[in-house]
Amino acid sequence: MSWLALLRPGDWLVILGSAALVGSSIPVFWQGGLADRAIIRQEGRVFAEIDLKARKQFEVGGPLGTTLVAVEPGRARIVSDPSPRQYCVKQGWLMRPGEIAICAPNRVSVQIMGRTKVYDSISY
Amino acid sequence: MTRSVIELKVSDEDRRVAWLATAAVGLSLVDAAIPSPLPGVKPGLANIVTLVVLARYGWASAVWVSGLRVLAGSLLLGYFLAPGFFLSLTGTILSLLALGLARHLPQRWFGPVSLSILAAFAHIGGQLLLARLWLIPHDGVFLLTPVFAGAALVFGTINGLIAAKLLAEPAPSEMP
Repeated sequence: MSWLALLRPGDWLVILGSAALVGSSIPVFWQGGLADRAIIRQEGRVFAEIDLKARKQFEVGGPLGTTLVAVEPGRARIVSDPSPRQYCVKQGWLMRPGEIAICAPNRVSVQIMGRTKVYDSISY
Repeated sequence: MTRSVIELKVSDEDRRVAWLATAAVGLSLVDAAIPSPLPGVKPGLANIVTLVVLARYGWASAVWVSGLRVLAGSLLLGYFLAPGFFLSLTGTILSLLALGLARHLPQRWFGPVSLSILAAFAHIGGQLLLARLWLIPHDGVFLLTPVFAGAALVFGTINGLIAAKLLAEPAPSEMP
């Protein structure tokens, strides 16, 4: 008995359907490639554009005080911020293109960029 | 010799489950011996036994055999109650649920291969969810999803074919 005879019509459907699903999941999960730049904005203006290669810290001044941004190879984060709820600090390390941390009270944001431009949830 | 107060009745069903679970444990040991390029990518040969049991003896027997296999397999390989045990348990529970639903598909169209693939996807889905919720609470876990899903498809198809081959042969009249 050949192996192919063991497959019923629906099995082919399941195999092809799952293969299509797996194939289409690749761009969903792997979009944008690696993080290679970070953009720090203050009041909507670009404060600094950094290559994510070296270890660096930036002090960004805002209306409430100073926001401390740390950059490491492949990732960036907001270390401290004077905002009351600390949302952007709690976000932790940003490492994928399109990720963004916004400290709204102090009007500072950090965004990760890759080689290709990707959309984040804010774009929709 | 005095008779024990507690008498455990061992039915034929119990013996059959025990034998099949032993076969499944044996296959999990083979599984563990196969080198894997990535933790989590495993052939899951023991699922062949689950599929055959499901087709021949029903869902309840399949649950027993899989449950005993996870327990005994983890004891033998030394990861009982370690993170790997809970990953394995979650994957098994979800794939059993998937099998419980998928076995109601029309048998003329959907054979063991379909069941195997669906169970494999449920298995890896459950493991990824548990890993995300508990072990690595970061979305970075999902970066490996295409790899895991591809492996689930390939190994699910192979295991399903083997199970279909076994099921195509006449059933053994009685287990020893």
